[in-house]
Amino acid sequence: MSESETSFGRYGGQYVPEALMPALEELEDAYQRYVLENEDGFLDEFEERMREFGGRPTPLQRADRLSERYGREVYLKREDLVHGGAHKLNNALGQVLLAKYMGKERIIAETGAGQHGTATAMAAAHLEMPCEIYMGRTDVNRQRPNVYRMRMNGAAVNPVDAGSATLKEAINATLRDWATTVETTHYVIGSVVGPHPFPKMVRDFQAVISEEAREQIQAQAGRLPDSVVACAGGGSNTMGAFHAFVPDESVALYAVEAGGSSLDIDEEAGLAPNSATLSTGTDGVLHGAMTKLLQSGDGQIMESHSVSAGLDYAGVGPELSHLVATDRVTPVSVDDETALNAFHRLSRLEGIIPALESSHALGYLEDAAEDLGEVVVVNVSGRGDKDLETVLEETEKRDLEAAPDVEVFER
Amino acid sequence: MTDSDIERAIREHHPALITYITAGDPSLEETKAYVEALDRGGSDLIELGLPFSEPIAEGPTIQAAINRSLAAGTTPRRFFEMVDDLETDAPLLVMTYYNMVLQYGSSGESRDGPDVRPFVERAAEAGLSGIIVPDLPAEESGPLKAACEEFGLDLVFIVAPTTAGERLETIMSQASGFVYVQARLGTTGARADVSGATHESLERLAAYDASADGVPKAVGFGVSEADHAAEIVTAGADGVIVGSALIDLIADADDPAAALEAKARELKGGAEAGLADAPTKQ
Ligand SMILES: Cc1ncc(COP(=O)(O)O)c(C=O)c1O
Repeated sequence: MSESETSFGRYGGQYVPEALMPALEELEDAYQRYVLENEDGFLDEFEERMREFGGRPTPLQRADRLSERYGREVYLKREDLVHGGAHKLNNALGQVLLAKYMGKERIIAETGAGQHGTATAMAAAHLEMPCEIYMGRTDVNRQRPNVYRMRMNGAAVNPVDAGSATLKEAINATLRDWATTVETTHYVIGSVVGPHPFPKMVRDFQAVISEEAREQIQAQAGRLPDSVVACAGGGSNTMGAFHAFVPDESVALYAVEAGGSSLDIDEEAGLAPNSATLSTGTDGVLHGAMTKLLQSGDGQIMESHSVSAGLDYAGVGPELSHLVATDRVTPVSVDDETALNAFHRLSRLEGIIPALESSHALGYLEDAAEDLGEVVVVNVSGRGDKDLETVLEETEKRDLEAAPDVEVFER
Repeated sequence: MTDSDIERAIREHHPALITYITAGDPSLEETKAYVEALDRGGSDLIELGLPFSEPIAEGPTIQAAINRSLAAGTTPRRFFEMVDDLETDAPLLVMTYYNMVLQYGSSGESRDGPDVRPFVERAAEAGLSGIIVPDLPAEESGPLKAACEEFGLDLVFIVAPTTAGERLETIMSQASGFVYVQARLGTTGARADVSGATHESLERLAAYDASADGVPKAVGFGVSEADHAAEIVTAGADGVIVGSALIDLIADADDPAAALEAKARELKGGAEAGLADAPTKQ
């Protein structure tokens, strides 16, 4: 296979154990036939299920108070209204359905905060597929409601105790399961990461976000936007929101990463108090792909941090690394505090409680609205109900200008 | 092509015992003593694991060894310094993940991305004879293969139970040193028996026989006992690879060096007994 097919410029590729390579070839073949060529009406069934089960299309809503506040037209792509409360279902349903078409008998997936795990568990229940989710022990303990949701949808949840017991260890454990069960099992990876063909396939399932938004903005504003803003963890909502706009050179694309508490790293301790991989990372190989990484000079992967669990990852999708290297996408970052303020601001001004991940994209409006042109599309990748506990805790620690007064509670 | 150190060691000591331990578990100083013990016990090749924080091909035993090694402060620089001081009859290989190879001596800022040459050059200088990278399939191995050829090292490829047809052809045509036949699907770790997949894999590989121009075949993943070694050699392997069972000794034995030496002797004995039972092929 030629390099250009499995990679984006120098990023991407297939850096996995040999045992998995035949499965990737099989997946590539299925992706080609069902997803790209609509064999057996795969895409028709997928679109119908996304409409009836998933609630697509989602609205592109003009945010009146934000437009006024920032002195430009601000539109919100409402992925928080997808079934389950996030864009994650676009990919999870696509892959579980594909696994069915491929004749696989079992689904496995990793999850960090539990958003991809819950989306996969929902899709697996909907399509009657046995499903097991790997989740770091730390995340199991801090995301109990999502663990219950997965269990209620019939998925097994396997806690992972290795290392810091968060997302990266959960991916390692899922890859190990897959290396054992590959003949009967499909691995539903949760973002535009991992070996080829995952980054392309997940992007294609998420591209519906920008395909809809591109038509909607032209119908509603009569023109293309000047900029599209989306948060970036692994980058699936990001690539989903950007993909259809990539050829539109007049549209600036901003990938907003988690700046955490600081952009500096502690090499000695192997800690990065942020997840700003595109902004500060260096090239390397993790989880099957060459991409930008938060790593030590020796190549050990750092422990990342963000107040938003869904952005807390030391890698990023290879296509985003490529689009940044070729100056098509601008990487920026927003720190924990700015994201928390944006969370409260959208809730208060627009009556929409956004996910903490999406709050990073919204925070960038506050930081740099003047750079974004006259018409801006912001991807609200998910809703924030899942984050209430974290937000209460983190808000109490700080003096946030946009936070509500909660003195109704007795102290 | 002339035989490399590794191929020569396997042919001269056929059937070969190949041992793996994680360098730096529990310290690089102790690793030196353990390598010498394995050498004395009759290990014909020794693989040294250079720890990476995300070892996706490893089961719990080697994961734990890697964690102990990283906690003890093992770095590539200290690893190579330890290898500089080693004197063994058995040729040595380094087993590590691709990101470790990429980052060594790399500034991280170069325009074309990181380069594998500095790692391979340093490995050659330290006297290592080969490299095994479990997350580097043949498709992505071009740059490392070229660097290994430049510096005279073997790049060892893995053949899995799922590898067949064209993939098998490609891997066999690129292989040097030996072909690492993965005995079963899954991760590393000691098992109680020899998998049926081992026999199937060896049958598929029989076409590429060591007596012809092909490289030797060694079987690993789950091998822990002398009678496994015997069974594998009887089934046609040129060598057996044992790792997790040795890590267990390092973690648990009162005198790990003595235990490793005795275990190597026992495993080598098993492999030789297996050869006596093998249908003659050479
Ligand atoms: C609502 C929401 N947005 C964004 C993300 C980040 O993932 P990605 O960067 O792949 O879109 C997550 C991940 O859990 C999420 O739940």
